[in-house]
Amino acid sequence: MTTATLPASATLTSPSGDSDTQLLEVSMGPQHPSTHGVFRMDVALDGEHVVKLKPIFGYLHRNHEKIAEIETYLGSMPYTDRLDYFCSITNNWAYALAVEKLAGIVVPERAEYLRVITGELTRLQNHASLVGFLMQDMGASGTPLMYAFREREKILDLFESLTGARMMCNYMRFGGCRCDLPEGWLQQAKQVVDAFPRFLDEFERLLSSNEILMARTQGVGVLSKKLAINAGVTGPMLRASGVNYDLRKVDKYGIYDRFNFRVPLGEHGDVYDRYMIRLLEMRESVSILQQAIRDLPEGPFTDPKTKVRNFRPKPGEAYGRIEAPKGELGFYLISDGTPNPYRYRVRPPSLINLTILEDMCLGQNIADVVIILGSIDIVMGEVDR
Amino acid sequence: MNLEQLKPELEAAIPGCRLEIIPNPSPSGQHSLLISPEHAIALATFLRDTPHLRFDYCSNVTGVDWPASALPGKIKSKEMEDGTESDEEEINAEPTGYLEAVYHLYSMQLKHGPVILRMRTEDRATRVHLPSLTPIWRSADFQEREIFDLFGILFDGHPDLRRILMWDEFTDHPMRRDYVEPDDYEYEPTAHDDVLRKTMHHYSGNA
Repeated sequence: MTTATLPASATLTSPSGDSDTQLLEVSMGPQHPSTHGVFRMDVALDGEHVVKLKPIFGYLHRNHEKIAEIETYLGSMPYTDRLDYFCSITNNWAYALAVEKLAGIVVPERAEYLRVITGELTRLQNHASLVGFLMQDMGASGTPLMYAFREREKILDLFESLTGARMMCNYMRFGGCRCDLPEGWLQQAKQVVDAFPRFLDEFERLLSSNEILMARTQGVGVLSKKLAINAGVTGPMLRASGVNYDLRKVDKYGIYDRFNFRVPLGEHGDVYDRYMIRLLEMRESVSILQQAIRDLPEGPFTDPKTKVRNFRPKPGEAYGRIEAPKGELGFYLISDGTPNPYRYRVRPPSLINLTILEDMCLGQNIADVVIILGSIDIVMGEVDR
Repeated sequence: MNLEQLKPELEAAIPGCRLEIIPNPSPSGQHSLLISPEHAIALATFLRDTPHLRFDYCSNVTGVDWPASALPGKIKSKEMEDGTESDEEEINAEPTGYLEAVYHLYSMQLKHGPVILRMRTEDRATRVHLPSLTPIWRSADFQEREIFDLFGILFDGHPDLRRILMWDEFTDHPMRRDYVEPDDYEYEPTAHDDVLRKTMHHYSGNA
């Protein structure tokens, strides 16, 4: 498909000036198991060191945006599940938020709480499995990933009993959620949430001070604060570089101003910090969940005045964004008053976080490229759309 | 961020800069600022580096296709805001349509935003050049490549303007409103009736 796109200059002799060495071009991908999907990197190597790296993707491209433009507003809701297929509920949330901004819909209180509960559960399972995958990339085959998947499965069970699907939840609607909680769900969720810190303790005992983990990740793939801001990196990646920017605190969308939680920040911006930020964020999410489950009010779970059929927002545009587990997920919509959006744009966090992959990898060993890529947390369904 | 206040400040800082506030009638109230391409770099640098603005974070960059046929609907929504004035202007202008690049700016340092910038090309066929803002914000890198790929806007000054989602040999721009999908994908196995009908339509000069 895509032809090699390294500039001709990359095949010259190595920058060290050694005459008997030559740069080696390696095409990593598109299906290396650790590359998190159908993703390719054209790497130029000087010995084991990376001197050039170009990410190549688009293998999963199906023009999501074009399809959404010929579909009704509500019709695109299930399709947003397929963007970042690990976090369908937060995708729904970002889209619903953008449409609510566009049409001026007010969400009832209980629905906001349901969104926070399901959204934070999504963050828990995303971060848990990301850490598991990261260990897998490092060669810790199986055990940490299976520990993470054990916990993730409990959360997916909750999703299944609430929405009918483990991963493609399709749970949000404009002005609220699709359905109310089934009987006994909240107690079950409370049990899962209360037991979650035990898993985190176990994980940390197993990993955080592990000598191999520290040797492989500390000082690897450093991303400076300045570059992170300029390159629009968001989410845990940005905060690992020490920038205090969490949309739950900045925008306070939904009801996030009611909860008491902290924003963990990293110091060095290396892979170890990115690993640690995820563990700390899970602890904060557990705290948000406990507060939300405690305070969940009675009331309608969706706004009864919002039209389901023949939904036509007035002409105009809106950009809505949320703090998805991978970063800032935004939807930009332009309405021309018809039932279909005139323009529908997804701002995918993992695509934009990939911008600085080359900067982080230059000068690193080829074996570390896989870990650096793993620490970005990409999902190709979202990158390629 | 109030555009009414920002506009005179920008016009004072960058001589010769023409700005227009594009009103947004939707409840979101996110109005945007139409800027002229020749001053875009100066304007973006000013927005990024001025201490009380400090728009250090370019969140979302996207393209919008406005063919001439889509424009009347747009004028209607404008009329509600500024009466008959814009109506007269549009009658004089020749309807060619244009491509638009939209930038959503936020400030991570001062935690405000968004300021929405728009740039328009002269038409949709050949004069589709806009200045790239990637030298100002790296985050525009992949997103401008995507606009080039899917809409066909050429960003001057972009360090690496290649296709990003479609393959390199692909020639069209699929996000344009008048894009016709090819019917001769090599993997389409048999000529069913609807495929044949589409092919005839395609080769009778409608492509």
